Amino acid sequence: MSRLIRMDATGHSTLAEWTTEDAPAFETAVRAFRAQLDLGYIGVLDLGKGKAEQVRELPRDAGLVIMRRPIAGG
Amino acid sequence: MAAEAPALAELGQVPWRQRTDERYLRRYARTWTLWTILYAIPFPAAAVVLLLLEPLSAPVAIACLAHGWVIPELYAYRGASVLRPKGPRNERSEPAAQGFLGDLLGHESRELHRETGLALERSDMGVWLIGEAGALLLPDGGRRVHCFCVRTTDSELPPSDRIAHLLLALRTDEGGFATVANHAFCGAPWRVRRRLPAGMRPGLDAARAAARAA
Repeated sequence: MSRLIRMDATGHSTLAEWTTEDAPAFETAVRAFRAQLDLGYIGVLDLGKGKAEQVRELPRDAGLVIMRRPIAGG
Repeated sequence: MAAEAPALAELGQVPWRQRTDERYLRRYARTWTLWTILYAIPFPAAAVVLLLLEPLSAPVAIACLAHGWVIPELYAYRGASVLRPKGPRNERSEPAAQGFLGDLLGHESRELHRETGLALERSDMGVWLIGEAGALLLPDGGRRVHCFCVRTTDSELPPSDRIAHLLLALRTDEGGFATVANHAFCGAPWRVRRRLPAGMRPGLDAARAAARAA
């Protein structure tokens, strides 16, 4: 089961879940992903071993996609 | 054809900055050391000259010595401040955020975070120690620490989520992360350590040990 989550004031919220075989669930997840991008969030795929990748489209086969806010110098 | 390096989305906010890499950091460290000497040495030198010219000027000479000591200390304090807890604690949502951050971290770093509130991350440039609104970088050898002021733009997040934001940005593009962040201090780790809250000092000790072992 793949998950799209957003880090927010509640800790994190699960926005969508899908499997590679479940096309309607994936379409719902894609819409949720794009809505978050429109709100200024950034999609990140944690690859493990200290690496992560920014994603601009929701990967169907991703295990976990995380939406984060931008960072800035303090 | 060489693979294109991943670029942090936030780099667009600072198009005028040169991208940070290991060479840039070495040059920055040398410049910082030179600058420290330039502003710190004249004060004790002036104190000595004053005492030689007129021993009754001792109070002024003491004030000069105090200036020469205080100014570098203030810079070190600024460096240590990047790791100090900032903003709302969000105690209700912090356990969930801490669990999520724990999933991103390895076992050793997870334990260190529970103990100190700081996340340790080994990377190409050295060892990072990440707090809620800043990060320290200890290049291999651990003889020097770079202090960066950097934070997420959402201040309502629980502390562990703020760290997770910085960790994910760092993992996406280390050089970009260091470019977006503001350099607050560069110097010997012991100068920062004594200005850190006591509970955070084991975090810096662990990062320094990891950098020495690299």
